[in-house]
Amino acid sequence: MTDNTELLRFTTAGSVDDGKSTLIGRLLYDSKSIFQDQYDQIKDATERRGEEGVNLALLTDGLKSEREQGITIDVAYRYFSTPKRKFIIADTPGHIQYTRNMVTGASTANVALILIDARNGVVEQTRRHAIIASLLQIPHIVVCVNKMDLVDYSQEEYSKIQESFEAFAAKLDVVDVHFIPISALLGDNVVSRSEKTPWYNGPTLMYYLENVHIASDHNFIDARFPVQFVIRPNTDEFHDYRGYAGRLAGGIMKKGDTVTLLPTGFSTKIKQIIGPDGEQDEAFPPQSVTVLLEDDLDLSRGDMIVRENNQPEITQDIEVMLCWFDSSRPLQQRGKYSIRHTTQDARCIVKEIRYKLDINSLHRDLDDKNINMNDIARVVLRTTKPLFIDCYRKNRNTGSIILIDEASNNTVAAGMII
Amino acid sequence: MDYNISHLKELEAESIFILRDVAAQFERPVIMFSGGKDSILIVHLAHKAFYPAKIPFPLLHVDTGHNFPETLEYRDNLSERLGAKLIIGSVEEAIQSGQAVEEKGVNASRNMLQIGVLLSALEKGKFDAAMGGARRDEEKARAKERFFSHRDEFGQWDPKNQRPELWNLFNGRKQMGEHFRIFPISNWTELDVWQYLAMENVELPSLYFSHQREVFERDGTLLADCDYILKRPDEKVFTETVRCRTIGDMTCTGVWKSNASTVEDIIEEVATTRMTERGGRTDDKRSETAMEDRKKEGYF
Repeated sequence: MTDNTELLRFTTAGSVDDGKSTLIGRLLYDSKSIFQDQYDQIKDATERRGEEGVNLALLTDGLKSEREQGITIDVAYRYFSTPKRKFIIADTPGHIQYTRNMVTGASTANVALILIDARNGVVEQTRRHAIIASLLQIPHIVVCVNKMDLVDYSQEEYSKIQESFEAFAAKLDVVDVHFIPISALLGDNVVSRSEKTPWYNGPTLMYYLENVHIASDHNFIDARFPVQFVIRPNTDEFHDYRGYAGRLAGGIMKKGDTVTLLPTGFSTKIKQIIGPDGEQDEAFPPQSVTVLLEDDLDLSRGDMIVRENNQPEITQDIEVMLCWFDSSRPLQQRGKYSIRHTTQDARCIVKEIRYKLDINSLHRDLDDKNINMNDIARVVLRTTKPLFIDCYRKNRNTGSIILIDEASNNTVAAGMII
Repeated sequence: MDYNISHLKELEAESIFILRDVAAQFERPVIMFSGGKDSILIVHLAHKAFYPAKIPFPLLHVDTGHNFPETLEYRDNLSERLGAKLIIGSVEEAIQSGQAVEEKGVNASRNMLQIGVLLSALEKGKFDAAMGGARRDEEKARAKERFFSHRDEFGQWDPKNQRPELWNLFNGRKQMGEHFRIFPISNWTELDVWQYLAMENVELPSLYFSHQREVFERDGTLLADCDYILKRPDEKVFTETVRCRTIGDMTCTGVWKSNASTVEDIIEEVATTRMTERGGRTDDKRSETAMEDRKKEGYF
């Protein structure tokens, strides 16, 4: 056991029958992350329900209503680790009525794990998961062609599925796609290599997850530091101390760097960077640090520290791909909402709904302006004050927003800036 | 140059971000301090998040009156060292004044009584955000918990109607009278906590390390012998070398046979064990969804 392992977040989506729970169960079991008492508990529960064997889905479906209905209705987070990496699984349901949960799980993932039943090939649900992975810009996609045992480990079947997925993915904004033939039930190519697939020369799923290169998933080019909180000790020892606390949203900031403050446009230098272990020379995502500046200038939560020659767009008009979450009310044309972007809060008005995106076919419906729960639409917003934005493709932190209903206070939508 | 940080540093950065957002978004936040390693971790992270300023939150401890004396001693020292204000909600007082009724019988526990005392302490202090050390890996209902978890004016949790949480955007808006439970270390596992505490050299209550104690066995779990638990006639007390994996009150915290006397020993033990830490908690064993049921009512 070492404390020097990287953290990898991946998301899975799937329905009852595609073997998703079995696969997760196997990853947890084979990495020794299921504990004996958990195992006994779900074995007991399986028997009480009159089912056979050990229903590994009961491990992830923790809520009463989920266990009653036998479905995952919310994002469940699961953890396991190997000597190389620590993994966080955001396990989400795959049905269209849970798109919002899939989007939530995808928002922070490094890897999307897409499961295909080898008997059925690429189906509507596969396309939906791939589209969501593309919209949310998950950097890596691994397609597991599951239940290979049920198609006699046929290379031909596997290649057909791979070709059909690739043909579809060519229309998407995904770069890194990897295919693995597996049987989650029997363990083929999950943790250890299968003898049944001699024609497959790639890595096992576990090897892939342990080794996929994620160090450059963050944007290390465009320096962005949204101020989260101002630290003012007000003690004799630290009388004039003003520390700007926040998390690097992009780029690298170094002590001595000349920086520009937004929205004021003032210029100053970084005097000191304080991290959790004291002073450090530079800071990069996803570190949380405190920045001290040479000059005493006006700067508070929601403002941003950037570089003079590399600034985000400063604008009140933003265009987003919006996923609507609210079950009680559809998105309102001309509706007013609170908007949060990095650490900044503002209000906004929906100026235009451009089209609704069919997330099974990618078809753009220009006439349907009825945006209900789980729908995805391209929308133009006008905000009450300027936001400091990048497009989502360039930076997931400075390219994302949420909308909050001003009456209910609920988070009603998530948006990716175009 | 590879800009890469270890999983512990990434978890640390995430938790510090949450703690700072709580300070920015809420008016009267409080840390629910149990004296266990998870709440000790939160206090440690809060100290780092706001340095060189003091932690901008008081600590709230719900004292069941059945605590291990070691816990109380540690709590008092910690709050004094950090200059943090300590607020104590007393289950004993609630029982004395008739606001709570003690459970009877051999399995009597004040665990459920903590809910009412906690909620009234939150109300009395007008706290709008209560931070706790719950982790998603602990229990299946907690696996569905948000970082910012909304509670209605009765303190209830509605697991089917939780706010989606995306990216680093946390929504702490609420109506008057409602509050939030905040879980800054949601993504840590038991092993992460221990590895981090070892890395940081954090001082811990002696209960976590192996020691000799008078114990007895009930339903496969070892419990510390004390005046608060009624023993059945066939339950024999014996001396064993044990340690606590979690610290709750004495009536429901199982102790484990263990020779782990340093943090490194504990890490070794946790990394190889086949039982979850809550496996020794009799309060979770009451039913399949005992944790979810308690959480809905306002449990930690």
